[in-house]
Amino acid sequence: MEKRDSGILRWEICYAVLVLLLFAAVVANIWIGSANISVGDVFKILFTDVFRGQAQYTIVWSIRMPRMAAAALLGGALGVSGYLIQTYFRNPIASPFVLGISSGAKMVLAFCVVIATNLLGGLSGVSMVVASFIGSLLAMGFVLLCAGKTKNMAILLIIGIMIGYICSAITDLIITFAKDEEIVNLTYWSMGSFSGKDWDDVAVIAGFVLVSFAGTMLLVKPIAAFRMGEGYAQSMGMNVKLFRVLIILLSSVMSACVVAYAGPVSFVGIAVPHLTKMMFSTSRPAVILPGTFLMGAVFCMICDLIARTAFAPTELAIGTVTAIFGAPVVIAMLLSRRRREL
Amino acid sequence: MQNLSAQKLSVGYNKKILIGGIDLEVRAGEVVTLIGRNGAGKSTILKSITRHLEPLGGAVYLDGKDSRLLSHKDFATQFSVVLTERLKTDRMTCREIVEAGRYPYTNFFGKLKEEDKRIVDESLRMVGGEGLAEKQFSSVSDGQKQRILLARAICQQPQVMVLDEPTSFLDIRYKIELLGILRRLASERKMSVILSLHEIDLAAKISDKIVCVDGDKIYKTGTPEEIFRGDEIRKLYGLRSGSYNLLFGSVEMEKPAGESRVFVLAGGGTGIPIYRALQRKGIAFSTGILSENDVDFQVAADLAETIVSVPAFSAVKDEDIERAQKQIRRAGKLLQACNIFGECNQKCEELLRFAKENSIPLISDVSEI
Repeated sequence: MEKRDSGILRWEICYAVLVLLLFAAVVANIWIGSANISVGDVFKILFTDVFRGQAQYTIVWSIRMPRMAAAALLGGALGVSGYLIQTYFRNPIASPFVLGISSGAKMVLAFCVVIATNLLGGLSGVSMVVASFIGSLLAMGFVLLCAGKTKNMAILLIIGIMIGYICSAITDLIITFAKDEEIVNLTYWSMGSFSGKDWDDVAVIAGFVLVSFAGTMLLVKPIAAFRMGEGYAQSMGMNVKLFRVLIILLSSVMSACVVAYAGPVSFVGIAVPHLTKMMFSTSRPAVILPGTFLMGAVFCMICDLIARTAFAPTELAIGTVTAIFGAPVVIAMLLSRRRREL
Repeated sequence: MQNLSAQKLSVGYNKKILIGGIDLEVRAGEVVTLIGRNGAGKSTILKSITRHLEPLGGAVYLDGKDSRLLSHKDFATQFSVVLTERLKTDRMTCREIVEAGRYPYTNFFGKLKEEDKRIVDESLRMVGGEGLAEKQFSSVSDGQKQRILLARAICQQPQVMVLDEPTSFLDIRYKIELLGILRRLASERKMSVILSLHEIDLAAKISDKIVCVDGDKIYKTGTPEEIFRGDEIRKLYGLRSGSYNLLFGSVEMEKPAGESRVFVLAGGGTGIPIYRALQRKGIAFSTGILSENDVDFQVAADLAETIVSVPAFSAVKDEDIERAQKQIRRAGKLLQACNIFGECNQKCEELLRFAKENSIPLISDVSEI
């Protein structure tokens, strides 16, 4: 009994730490940047009207705040969709990106960009978002289709990887025959970035991400049971077929949203769920899902801060930063896992 | 009183029937064991009962009702399983595993009520797993894992428990413990238990009924007394080399080839370890003088080239000694395993003298050959 109580205490402490980190990340993201604004001014801008109409006010409210909100929401979504995919495939390094979701997005985007540049003279930001959203869902839809055909998770994972390769090959084909000016947007997209988000974007992102997250939280019971594998889950009275569809659907909507708005953001989906599980020392979905969301948000906010300030005024691709912090986590995880098994 | 039955059940994968026309009946409180070779279809039958596989014909009935008509949830309150695949988990405590068994009883968010927690504790106690509850499942031993999985299945409070090879990976102590718990579940809770086992000796001891599965058909169904008789096991498993001793439930390896090179003077169980040692070294041997109700006789029958024996409960006579002397002379060595000479085998001591007089080497250990 005592041990269970200490488990709950640990979870409370972890949540407190994550909320504190989130708060610190919010302050840092609003405060730090190429335009010098003091912390005091930041608080005045946020909570009073003193600076209204001035440049600082616009920088904070229209540039830094929406960008930060987008990074937080998309980071959280990446973490949660990574956790879902890993639980679903019972594989620690599965993630929506491994399943070809970003390759699918890039393929459709490449296609649309080339067509649009020739016919319409360019592709608007909104259409780029729509195109990559469709692309990601297309790739995931195919994986879903195959999920109905095979019950073997390892095979499904490999199918996902193969779909990724096919999409990349088609993208390369399009790029080979495209002119440089046609694909400049594509190159920019594939670097990945949270920059240039406005409040309208944030509203759409919040809609998709928060609804999907709420949907995920409704599935905590079957997710918890599914950790023991499909055979046991089914024997405990779960509708496994429906569950499989829901999980892939939820995680692909979340990661499609990320791909559409920020481009491919690597390693967050793999590293964040693992970091969270390590921190909380459990994989209980009711505890880990909110934890992963918070952790993903904090992780991406910090990475974005580094991306835009480390070599300012040159901005790094978000994937560059997340890989530097995320990949070592994955390596450490795989090594420690091996040790535990021996 | 519930009653599980399969009628004209056909099972298989991908619409291909592996075994057809299965008729099976399990009453409350009965333990029914499926035995048969690897790949004979034991798992396929069990999976069809637990609805992990769709039956390809016929049906499984619980109390006369087609089990396919039960909802997912209702089915889960009637059947629970222990699967044969090794379960790998990521940061789950043993208690969480057992708690999962309450799945069909808890609300939408899986909240455990006091009653559920009591049942979890009780299930853990039943398998002796209280001490493991807060440990990570991935960190406990195979035997402990299996006990926790059994506790999970108990926690689900089913009427029928289905276990696919629950004793693989377990050492002998855990095997006996686990099967003992199954017997208790059957008799105390009137649960029907269906399992598959590779250890046919244990199957004979714990089962009320044995089902012999043989590739494309049910070879035979019956009580252990009916199955473990005559040549059935040999036929079922297609034993060509080696043999299975029905009385002991033990397995002997193939008889060493060639002419006898040593005569083992045995009796009263002293011969068995020597016979097995000789078999390992591939040395053919003859042995005697064994009464046919001697334990050594059982194993000698499987391993010895020649046995000099006397009918059960009879004393060794002069003519038996002569037969033994002939064998000793032929083998050229005498290995003395037995040094107890009572009323029935008094004359065997003469064989020692015989060897000395004829300068036939008398040894006491296999390594001296």
